[in-house]
Amino acid sequence: MSTVLGFVQAIPYQELLIQTLNGIVTGMILALIASGLTLIFGIMDVVNFAHGELFMFGAYMGVVVISATGSFWLALLLATLIVALIGAALQITTLRPLLGRDPLTTILATFGISLVMQNYALWQFGPVARKIPEPFSGQFTLFYLEYPWYRVLIAVLSAAIIGVFYLFLKYGTYGIWIRATTQDRVMAGAMGIPVSWVHTAVFAIGAGMAAASGVLFGPLVGVNHAMGLDWVLKAFIVVVVGGMGNLGGSIAASIFISLLESYASIWVSPAQAGIVSFVVLILTLLFRPTGLFVPTPK
Amino acid sequence: MSKRSATVYWTGFSIILALLIVAPFVLPEFWRRFLTEILIWGLLAMSSDILIGYTGMVSFGHSAFFGLGMYGAAAALLMVRPPNLWLAILYGLIGSAGIALFVAYFSTRLRDIYFAITTLIFSQIFYVIIFTWTEVTGGENGLTFRRPALEIPGLFSMPFSSETLHWFVLAVVTASYLILRRITQSPFGMVLQSIRENEARTRAIGYAVERYKIVAVMLSGLFAGLAGVLYALQNRFAAPDFVYFLVSGETVIFNVMGGIGTLVGPIVGAGFFLLLREAFSRFFTEYYLIPVGVIFIAMVIFLPQGLLGFMRRWLNQ
Amino acid sequence: MTPDATPIEPLVAVEDVHTYYGKSHILHGVSLHIDRGEVVGLLGRNGVGKSTTLKTIMGLVHPHRGKVLFAGKPITSLPAHKLARLGIGYVPEDRRIFRLLTVMENLRTGLDRHGVTEARKQELLEKAFTYFPVLAERRNQAGGTLSGGEQQMLAIARAMMLEPKIILLDEPTEGLMPRMVSQIRQIIDVLHREGVAILLVEQNVPLTLEASHRVYIMEKGAVRHHCPASALKVDDPLIQQYLGV
Repeated sequence: MSTVLGFVQAIPYQELLIQTLNGIVTGMILALIASGLTLIFGIMDVVNFAHGELFMFGAYMGVVVISATGSFWLALLLATLIVALIGAALQITTLRPLLGRDPLTTILATFGISLVMQNYALWQFGPVARKIPEPFSGQFTLFYLEYPWYRVLIAVLSAAIIGVFYLFLKYGTYGIWIRATTQDRVMAGAMGIPVSWVHTAVFAIGAGMAAASGVLFGPLVGVNHAMGLDWVLKAFIVVVVGGMGNLGGSIAASIFISLLESYASIWVSPAQAGIVSFVVLILTLLFRPTGLFVPTPK
Repeated sequence: MSKRSATVYWTGFSIILALLIVAPFVLPEFWRRFLTEILIWGLLAMSSDILIGYTGMVSFGHSAFFGLGMYGAAAALLMVRPPNLWLAILYGLIGSAGIALFVAYFSTRLRDIYFAITTLIFSQIFYVIIFTWTEVTGGENGLTFRRPALEIPGLFSMPFSSETLHWFVLAVVTASYLILRRITQSPFGMVLQSIRENEARTRAIGYAVERYKIVAVMLSGLFAGLAGVLYALQNRFAAPDFVYFLVSGETVIFNVMGGIGTLVGPIVGAGFFLLLREAFSRFFTEYYLIPVGVIFIAMVIFLPQGLLGFMRRWLNQ
Repeated sequence: MTPDATPIEPLVAVEDVHTYYGKSHILHGVSLHIDRGEVVGLLGRNGVGKSTTLKTIMGLVHPHRGKVLFAGKPITSLPAHKLARLGIGYVPEDRRIFRLLTVMENLRTGLDRHGVTEARKQELLEKAFTYFPVLAERRNQAGGTLSGGEQQMLAIARAMMLEPKIILLDEPTEGLMPRMVSQIRQIIDVLHREGVAILLVEQNVPLTLEASHRVYIMEKGAVRHHCPASALKVDDPLIQQYLGV
């Protein structure tokens, strides 16, 4: 009896609560990144290795715009637009010629792009991390702990962006084009849908979403040229665990994994908490390879 | 192979081999080491070609095999006194074989992209483990050790000089090449290529595709580990940087640049890449990857057969 | 100003087309044409290249040799989406409706084009629902939940939303019950009355002979016979020769 009581008293409720919030916040950022990734894969069978670098570029664009104008919101908007355009340009120059070839080639091409982008950022901005200042500070009180408002904003905005995008897919004219192209590229063309432009648009949207994540996440960590790597690996894990091409699955998986990692960081170091996502991946691959959040295939 | 092309091939092979043997006398120290490095990376790329070029499985996990070969050798050289060359090789091979077995298991359950991503993630797992397990692996700083002597027990023992090390590496790489070549041209190798062409059909014909894949991964892992051992011997240290997935990425670059499925191509690719790196480093210092990366992307798009494929077509005209 | 001369070039002309799938030489110099408003039948056994001919016209595969012309202009190397916008509608052999899109959304893939007013879109929708009442009933259902016959209706209606000048119909009655087959027959008539040309690939010989003005018969990747539909009867020895089991 007393051991049960002792156990219950030992549970760090305050920590758990904070980590739950942290997990949701990180999960939403991850969801935003992973959504772009899974969208790109679902529609054009492209594994975009450079996705983390688009995230990183977004953060750097944010840095540049803020130092020029001082406005966080302008930075968010411009970074998203600029990186979306960069994404479109990349898709047109390097991925379009590879359409129809072995999927291996797109992995290699995007890997090459990621190398170039990383080193370009290193060259232009140097190895020292930059900072994006938070647009506002201040914390709110939940029960008896304090939690920063800004983090709440991140979660809300990410959810909003994903939500808007989901609505666009479901109800917008071009949303129908995207969904039709994803299901049957050939027939979509036969219905007059300009498939290669749809691909470009989707890549640009994915890039924009990654960039927005970069700006939103910027204030929490330093912005440096290598920040994309960790995120892209996690995003890939999320995409596989959530079911490749499955938007809802990626979001669920993002939050699930982030929560687990946040909880784990109560007891182990953050670097080791990262192992959690790997473990989830391995378990998923062993037992439910089509995705944890996908209904069992018949 | 026809009689004529066989003679051409072996003549070419002998000439190149002769050049490589003579090289240490002719080249200055820097280029000597450079050449040895090309051979070692070439071996790594060659091992990767077994998977990419012959079985059709893209792996980003070679940094794990390479790294474990390296650390395995380090373990032998640090733990056993006096440091023994053959023990180092043995430990290195065991280390990489262990990882290869692990990866092989997953390789049979995943196709294509899933396999590639998974191998990438695994290699990062090993990186994190090696990086954080400081007591055993030396963490960030890695391990340093002394180079063992070249010895055949009971016959002779002499310390490696720069030249003899080069010849040792050359011997190992050449032997590996010949072995791998023999394997790829054997019935086993034919089945691997058949798997690359059309896995479903190969299975339908009745081959136990899983078993072949496992053997392919083991083979690939072993030779990659061997490359790691050689690297450890040459540089006398083991560091986590080499387990970072970037090494796997560069390996794949060597393969593509040289020409996948040719065994020799990856060595050429490694040489090409390292030369480009040397050249661009002069102008771009550490940002050499920007132009080299652009060249790589251009090659993926316009020269998917790699340098060897390009030369083959050019020669055929 | 001279009065408009009746256009004499065919709506669609296929001239000596050779198409390959990889290394397989499927079409060996196919030539045929369809005039405006005509219903033309394309008969032949399985595997002779009828579907490939349609795909070549639709720009889904490109021939190694030969030309395809639309209203006199070469369209051989144009991508499919441009041809759809020019006025070629395609109803493939396996229907290929977008299974995860609703009936309404399927139709909209053909409706959402440049230069079509909202009013016109409504008109076209109304027309589709009048001809295919079952689609109106199921308008918010996912395409994949429809029966085979209903999917066929949807595939045809979807192509009609493009307001095409010609519709390529690939085996529309395959696997359908007799009641649906006669419905398809009626649709062909309706389309003809509206001035839409039709290239009809079919295994159902009586239907084809009845509905078409002219027929081509293909064998082994080339056109072997060509005549007005009225010149052939179902029990003609030619039919036996090219289509018999």
